[in-house]
Amino acid sequence: MSKFELSMRNISIEFPGVKALNEAQFDVRHGEIHALIGANGAGKSTMMKVLSGSYTHWTGEMYLNGEQINIRSVVDAKNLGIETVYQEVDVALIPYLSVAENIMIDKMIMDMNGKHFVDWKSVSNQAKEVLKRLNVSLKVNKKVEHCSLAEKQMVLIARSISRDCKLLILDEPTAPLSTKEAEELFRVVRDLRDSGVAIVFISHRLPEIFSLCDHITIMRDGKHISDMLIKETNEKQVVEAMLGRSFEENYPKYDADIGDVSFEVRSLTDKKILKDVSMNVRKGEIVGIAGLVGAGKTEFCKAIFGAESIVSGEIYKDQQRISIKNPTLAVKAKLALVPEERRKEGVLVSETVFKNLTLPSISQFSRYMFMLFGKEKKISKEIIRDLGIKTPSENQKVKNLSGGNQQKVVVGKWLIADADVYIFDEPTKGVDVGAKKDIFELIGRLVNQGKSVIYASCENSELLSITDRIYVMYDGQVVKEVMTKDASEDEILYYSAGGKNYEKQA
Amino acid sequence: MKNRLKNFEFFDFLYNYGTVFTIILMFGFFAVATNGRFLQSGNLINILRAMSIVTVISTGVTISLVVGGFDLSVGSVASMTMAVGIAMFVWYEQNVLVAIVAALVVAVIIGLINSFMIIKFNIPDMLTTLAAMFIFNGVSTTFSKGKIISQNMIMPDGSTSTGLVPQVFRDFGSVPQIIIIMAVLVILVHVFLTFTKHGRYMYIVGGNKEAARLSGVNINKYKMIAYMLSAMLAGIGGLLLAARIGQANPSAGAGYLMESVAAAFIGFSFLGAGKPNAIGTFFGALLMVSLSNGLVMISIPYYSMDIIKGIVLVLALALTYYKNKD
Repeated sequence: MSKFELSMRNISIEFPGVKALNEAQFDVRHGEIHALIGANGAGKSTMMKVLSGSYTHWTGEMYLNGEQINIRSVVDAKNLGIETVYQEVDVALIPYLSVAENIMIDKMIMDMNGKHFVDWKSVSNQAKEVLKRLNVSLKVNKKVEHCSLAEKQMVLIARSISRDCKLLILDEPTAPLSTKEAEELFRVVRDLRDSGVAIVFISHRLPEIFSLCDHITIMRDGKHISDMLIKETNEKQVVEAMLGRSFEENYPKYDADIGDVSFEVRSLTDKKILKDVSMNVRKGEIVGIAGLVGAGKTEFCKAIFGAESIVSGEIYKDQQRISIKNPTLAVKAKLALVPEERRKEGVLVSETVFKNLTLPSISQFSRYMFMLFGKEKKISKEIIRDLGIKTPSENQKVKNLSGGNQQKVVVGKWLIADADVYIFDEPTKGVDVGAKKDIFELIGRLVNQGKSVIYASCENSELLSITDRIYVMYDGQVVKEVMTKDASEDEILYYSAGGKNYEKQA
Repeated sequence: MKNRLKNFEFFDFLYNYGTVFTIILMFGFFAVATNGRFLQSGNLINILRAMSIVTVISTGVTISLVVGGFDLSVGSVASMTMAVGIAMFVWYEQNVLVAIVAALVVAVIIGLINSFMIIKFNIPDMLTTLAAMFIFNGVSTTFSKGKIISQNMIMPDGSTSTGLVPQVFRDFGSVPQIIIIMAVLVILVHVFLTFTKHGRYMYIVGGNKEAARLSGVNINKYKMIAYMLSAMLAGIGGLLLAARIGQANPSAGAGYLMESVAAAFIGFSFLGAGKPNAIGTFFGALLMVSLSNGLVMISIPYYSMDIIKGIVLVLALALTYYKNKD
């Protein structure tokens, strides 16, 4: 096992208007899985980008095995054996090339040493070799565009270790994976650790950190807060360090007066996956949609919002049958969708906060088709204050906001639009604990005003703590409807996994 | 660190004021090189007149860029309206109103065809309009049988055409009318894009189609409007050209495509807008046209002028895109 002990000291970095890192430090050594955790905007990704050479204008010192080093480019980092697998796997892959070519691409770029011809046979053999080392069965001649997300991730990990990898950084690798796929990933990561690789594991999910990692570093506001051995700490302590304050473990349940059925779906079938889905939601009620990744929750949310074409089915709002062929009609019917892919579907990253906020309700802010900028900014300021969106002003571009704050912008725009039925699709994905709590508070406020909320999530603990009623989906169908107060996490998981008759343990 | 920050600010400054700066530098250079002749009011008016057609066509391209599209068919649309407009006078002896309306109807139909292919068949914008460019260039040359349409032209049956291009129409192409028309159109488009909700929607559609759709914006409607406006402006450009020269060369519009595209792209960075905008496009066109004008005045041979125009274009674009490098 070769020695690899890396220390980062007094690392600071500034971007126009923000000090992203402020005298931060971080240590990691061979043979450990080191969790890096912090609220969104705490600087963990920035820290890792400094380490992997993506940012060049940082100040501070770095030491490897006691000697000072200087990483100012991705090539510097790679030559030291530092590799990163980012959350957005597609960015790093070339879809129309094979698994083998994608795995060996780094080696082909960095280690050709003046050769100009590629020996394809050896490329594919070496790729097989690497996959064997990971103990992953994946056909090397398969095109990457035909791979699942989990497989793509494995391709990237394989690429990282195709060269002499000393430190592997995994940036929220489990966010898009199912439980089973995540287990497989953990096995691979443990094997790598045992072979002497240092691993940095960024995640928001505490349970998996506690079962997988050896060491944990907590960051807040661009600073290092503490680092501890996992076995010497507990979840509560970590959350408190992350937030800088104590935090009650369960999310509060907001109880509102539940009224008549305000929105109902009957026998909805789409072209892809949904089969005969029926559900309803009442005024003041939060209805959960549970199910594993791929069960059709997102498709359902989009279908009732008119963003996915449906084959048959009826939709009723306030007992009136309505037709929702496209999202424009959905907005007119006072529906609101907070989509799963926030940056791709929820916000306009290169537009300002106020333009995002007023988008669905522009008619409110125009007279004879001319925009009323004053009113727009005034209302935006109110929403920013009301929701506690952390932004210097309403003129800030959304891409400069952290994930949780971007999500608040998405929710905020529907508040201005004054919708009746709010559809949330995985709203807490990639959002830190503090912002999560804010979002739940907001949902509580909505139902108190008599709005209806449909809340789709694969985080069953969230569903159990905030909803009134839960529909469980499996393979495009609703397989079970339960009252939340009578349900358990086991039961929901059982039905999500395709179980038929759950028997309560006495 | 300090140094880097200074660099940042320097490039920010260049980015925001680069176009203006280039124009001022260029005017200064030509003023000196021509002993002030370049800045004489006669020549300045000359520049404004020469740039008016490019500007009008270019504001159309700008609108297509705003919705995230790209209209390459503007040159052909201009050729079409030019041919139809003049043919209405010369062949069919129609009055000014009929000629203009007929020409603009043709333009709008082309815009509809473009947007239909883009929306219904999902062909990428640039490819659709590239195809349209070929098709309608062909249609306009076929319509005029490859000949220049002018007064007293020989008709296929051997007779001489009798229709005249009325003076009222020609007046649109003379100073100051043509400059006023350009200014009004630029201001109208600017107001439309910046101060109306439709303009806002268009920028939103161009910014993130999916997010716009899921916020309830009818993206197809706005794409269609954008291509119709683009074709309409290109059509007006073609009519102005027809008014100015009083005849129709069936592929004259094609020559305006590249300058219009260049002007629209230079306009991106104008005063730090960072996105397509009408005022920027105006200054982009000013840059391109005054450059040609100045080069003629200092007697650069016509066959070498494109070298310098290309270099200035690439410098202006370097300023726009350098900042986006990271």
